[in-house]
Amino acid sequence: MRTYIFASRNTKEILRDVITLFFGLAFPIVLLLLLYAIGSSVPKEANMNMFDIEVLTPGITVFGLCFIALFSAQLIAKDKTTSFMMRLFTSPIKSHEFILGYTLPLIPMSLVQTFICYIVALLLGLKFTPNIFLAAVVNIPITLVFVALGLLCGTVLSEKAVGGVCGALLTNFSAWFSNIWFDTALVGGWFEEVANALPFAHAVNAARYALNGEFESIMPDLLWVIGYAVVLLATSIAIFTVKMKKDK
Amino acid sequence: MFAIETCNLSKKYKDKYVVKNLNLSVNQGELYGLLGVNGAGKSTTIKMLSCLVTPTEGDAILNGHSIMKNTQEVKKIISVSPQETAVAEKLNVRENLEFIARIYGFNRKTAKQKAEKTIELFDLREFAKQRAKTLSGGLKRRLSIAMALITEPEILFLDEPTLGLDVLARHELWQVISKLKDKITIILTTHYLEEAESLCDRIGIMARGELKAEGTVQELKTLAKTDNFENAFVKICDGGAL
Repeated sequence: MRTYIFASRNTKEILRDVITLFFGLAFPIVLLLLLYAIGSSVPKEANMNMFDIEVLTPGITVFGLCFIALFSAQLIAKDKTTSFMMRLFTSPIKSHEFILGYTLPLIPMSLVQTFICYIVALLLGLKFTPNIFLAAVVNIPITLVFVALGLLCGTVLSEKAVGGVCGALLTNFSAWFSNIWFDTALVGGWFEEVANALPFAHAVNAARYALNGEFESIMPDLLWVIGYAVVLLATSIAIFTVKMKKDK
Repeated sequence: MFAIETCNLSKKYKDKYVVKNLNLSVNQGELYGLLGVNGAGKSTTIKMLSCLVTPTEGDAILNGHSIMKNTQEVKKIISVSPQETAVAEKLNVRENLEFIARIYGFNRKTAKQKAEKTIELFDLREFAKQRAKTLSGGLKRRLSIAMALITEPEILFLDEPTLGLDVLARHELWQVISKLKDKITIILTTHYLEEAESLCDRIGIMARGELKAEGTVQELKTLAKTDNFENAFVKICDGGAL
């Protein structure tokens, strides 16, 4: 129950930060429109399908989750820098309730972000299939990876550093190593190995397989993502617990 | 039974004690003032008693619960109003109060009723729908204390509650704190000697991490052989009275 109460408060905090919310929801749309326009101007003879709407959209929905990570990191970092967190630390809330309370509101928000992207993609010519809903479901464990990364950053870093790490570093990492903008196999070598070790490329692959109805291919990539989600959430709970007990 | 009883409570960072062998007892319903210059160990003492910082040595018993062994039980009976204002900035006054009440286990209906009562008690009706970040410093502090009280704590810690407030806001808060006397046990830290003098039943004076003296204002003045509380405070802090 305390988790739900804390989650409700966090939902209000996020929804009332209108500017951040607007950019979080609008930026993926801008990217989708921009890349679609670029893709449309590439001659068919070039045989480049990276920016085809059914390939591009799942990638953008995954990339948009970087902003969800930023939301979670900013929220926790802000709370940490005020005495409000101190008040909560003296209350009966436990560390796992804190982490769940920060995580839960971001799942519906990520779904809204995903559906907005797909609605825009439908307007740009994506064919409607029930697989869109499956792709949205596949995005839930992917969301957990990004939220956990945000929580880790927010717990460990200051409010200022969070903007740099989550806003810039995570965005770049998830862009380079995700197969959204270019195929990491084309670079090959250590770059491809790093991309395959991280969850981002697997997340984009799983979302693409889901949208395109290649059901048997989803799980191997999604399991990789789920593994990361479990480890990262457990780590964030552990680090948050240490922080709660750490002397100030 | 004392509301608070500490036994050689100590906190050491590396080789330096910030609180050393603190032994104090606070009676039920008492308003106990903890005074001292910067770095005396007041805030660390409050943090240890409210389970935010683990003591290096010693223990404290709060209404029968050890801060070392029964942290969760202690957290249920205490409330803290931190030095800085501790409110959720984007929630309004009523939402802040209801949120804290529910975190402490009150159901939605009871939390609403308690929020209404607290709004009345703290004269916040006019600002009930206003977001916390838009309140003045004095009102934020008033809300912060209201949030600490809505949970019906048995023991309340007020860490420099009037720091940075103007004279009027400070006097308003003094009235609020006065109303609480005898109802719950309060430990108040402050730098304002007149605040401690007018509000506290007993006062403990800390210096360099140690409790140098405790008693009523009159007892402390007698101990320091002076008629003036400020002089008594300075003498006790310097060790001249002991």
